Amino acid sequence: MSNNLGSMPLRYRVTIDREQCMECERCIENCSYGVFRRDGDRILINSRKCTACHRCLAYCPRDAIMLEEQPCDYRSHPVWTRATREAIYNQARTGKIILAGMGSVANLPIIFDHLMLDACQVTTPPTDPLREPVELRTYLGKKPSRLDLRRNPDGDIELATELAPNLMVETPVMLGHMSYGAISLNAQISMARAAKETGTFMGTGEGGLHAGLYPYQDRMIVQVASGRFGVNIDYLERGAAIEIKLGQGAKPGIGGHLTGEKVSKDVSRTRMIPQGSDAISPAPHHDIYGIEDLSQLVRSIKEATEWKKPVFAKIAAVNNTAENVAAVARSSVDAVVIDGFRGGTGAAPRVFRDHVGIPIEVAVASADRELRKQGLRNEVSLIACGSIRESADVVKAIALGADAVYIGTAALAAMGCRVCGNCYQGLCPWGIATQRPDLVERLDPDVASKQVANLIHAWTLEITELMGAAGINSIESLRGNRDRLRGYMLDEGLLDVLDVKPVGA
Amino acid sequence: MMVKLVTIDAKGMHYTPLNQQVRRAVEDGADEVVVQNVLGQRFIGDGLKGDATIHVYGVPGGDLAMFMSGPTVIVHGNAEHAPGNTMDAGKVVIHGSAGDAVAHSMRGGKVFIRGNIGYRGGIHMKQYEAQRPILVVGGSAQTFLGEYMAGGLLIVLDLDGAMKARGIGSGIHGGEIIIRGDVDDACLAAGAKKVPLTDEDRRRIAPVIREFAGDFGLDPEPLLNADYTRIVPASARPFAGKYTWE
Repeated sequence: MSNNLGSMPLRYRVTIDREQCMECERCIENCSYGVFRRDGDRILINSRKCTACHRCLAYCPRDAIMLEEQPCDYRSHPVWTRATREAIYNQARTGKIILAGMGSVANLPIIFDHLMLDACQVTTPPTDPLREPVELRTYLGKKPSRLDLRRNPDGDIELATELAPNLMVETPVMLGHMSYGAISLNAQISMARAAKETGTFMGTGEGGLHAGLYPYQDRMIVQVASGRFGVNIDYLERGAAIEIKLGQGAKPGIGGHLTGEKVSKDVSRTRMIPQGSDAISPAPHHDIYGIEDLSQLVRSIKEATEWKKPVFAKIAAVNNTAENVAAVARSSVDAVVIDGFRGGTGAAPRVFRDHVGIPIEVAVASADRELRKQGLRNEVSLIACGSIRESADVVKAIALGADAVYIGTAALAAMGCRVCGNCYQGLCPWGIATQRPDLVERLDPDVASKQVANLIHAWTLEITELMGAAGINSIESLRGNRDRLRGYMLDEGLLDVLDVKPVGA
Repeated sequence: MMVKLVTIDAKGMHYTPLNQQVRRAVEDGADEVVVQNVLGQRFIGDGLKGDATIHVYGVPGGDLAMFMSGPTVIVHGNAEHAPGNTMDAGKVVIHGSAGDAVAHSMRGGKVFIRGNIGYRGGIHMKQYEAQRPILVVGGSAQTFLGEYMAGGLLIVLDLDGAMKARGIGSGIHGGEIIIRGDVDDACLAAGAKKVPLTDEDRRRIAPVIREFAGDFGLDPEPLLNADYTRIVPASARPFAGKYTWE
């Protein structure tokens, strides 16, 4: 025995109601983690393998399966929580950095939940979205700081200013960057179809663009990250826009790392690296060692694509986000994406996921304010992401200064993801975070694309209703409109940063 | 067959119109484009396709031949930072020296530099099947040579006897670095290891060295028979042992 710690208490306990169970074995078929097996006339359970992905529960025809989290108590202690103790046992055993899947689990207050939205009453009546259109269409990219007009030979006035390319989005909800490799091709195709259907866009992540996505390329934002996986001129030309990934909310300041096990034949072709090799994305772009170099990378991409496509840059929300955004806004980019510290990930070191970065709410508010202060707000659109959970979050993010949002985890949940956080195992029974063909097959793009489109459609309807109730008939009038927010139980310092009044004021 | 040649005078020109003219010339079927009076214009040949040859006279700016896929760019002078950045296919020949991050993330084609290169040359070069990038440096390279290298071939000939690179191959997990002469162990970074150059390796690099010598009018024979140090990854999975799961 290499350690004296023994086994850890079970995380989950799975039970079967033997009265209900008809031994159809769907649980055995569905569980890719191997919780269930048949032994003679009984279905046996190994709860230790359970991830609480709910696949068995979802597909049990008799509701016979029940799952309990943390069935074994530790001595309760407010300082030495279960999580801190178990991390110590893990590291005492291994001596390694702990990696974890999905976003932060730190139990910190969520600012979105302490922001209340406004509605009209008597002094100004609400508008009725049924009758009066509420315009959600928005354009992402540079807006000119002034317009020059000229009279053409026919005597008509026409625009003389050359406009920079913008992305036209029908709803301010876009699908964020999740790479092929981190998620399955069927998951990507499902989201791409949903993006096409709803008039929005989807990010490729740093995994190249699989040929199966070419039919949706005019809805794809192709990513250029520090590993440059899958990046060539063909890739850049296919995308509707190009996004340079400088940072990620779940793990600010560090790179990415797709383990060799996940680099299957098809993934290797799309990333353009050998099968089974680690795909390592360094922490910095090694051709960007300063803010002047960022401008050079942005312009290299614009030159390569003849200035026809918007170029975005994504940064993680950290202490000096406002200054970072203002610097990025001067680098010729068309939009800045800010990823809050609760942002999702397939895998991130636990210590980064739970401790590094700042919330998206404050990052977007301070960035918007700084850009306005410096007279740069028209130079870039702001895209907020990292824990956008519902339509209200979208409205609040826009009122704090965003132009649009990216969703990630919410879109995965729309395809079945139960946020179990075991993406790194590559065994996702929902066919999302896996490359195993039999599991990927479970996710039917015809079905899943409809679910993602439904979610975007539903949120769009809710956003329309919320705006109508507030008497706002276009997204431009909501953007940065902090007067339509009030802070509930937020301290004065935070209200000041957000530039939002307290409730009742 | 007649060679179609287009000459462009870059004097005082911004890089965007210059690159448009180069692109237009290649699209119109030019076999050779001669760009005169280049002085710091960036991105020459950026994203360019086809099989034309671009002659650059003067000193081009950064990211020469970035994302390039096919053409040959010959620089009759020095170059700035990151020539061959994320290049896909084609060839860059520089009759002088170049700055930092030469051939950064290059995935195919060849970059030949007669003189010296700056820091982190060949960083994160990578290969896939038949696409295998080659960087050959005639002179010296600076520190962090071949950092994060994931594939391809990087040769430093040290023709001027002033090899300066330390921290060679930090985080290398694919490809190979071949340096003429001996390399002190202290100059290798974590993750890199020295192995002897076998006769098979020597046969493999011979055509590359011949081509390089031919491009710069050098006698290949002494180079073909010289002693080399071959540096390869200690592991294809340098970070495999660093992490545990929650």
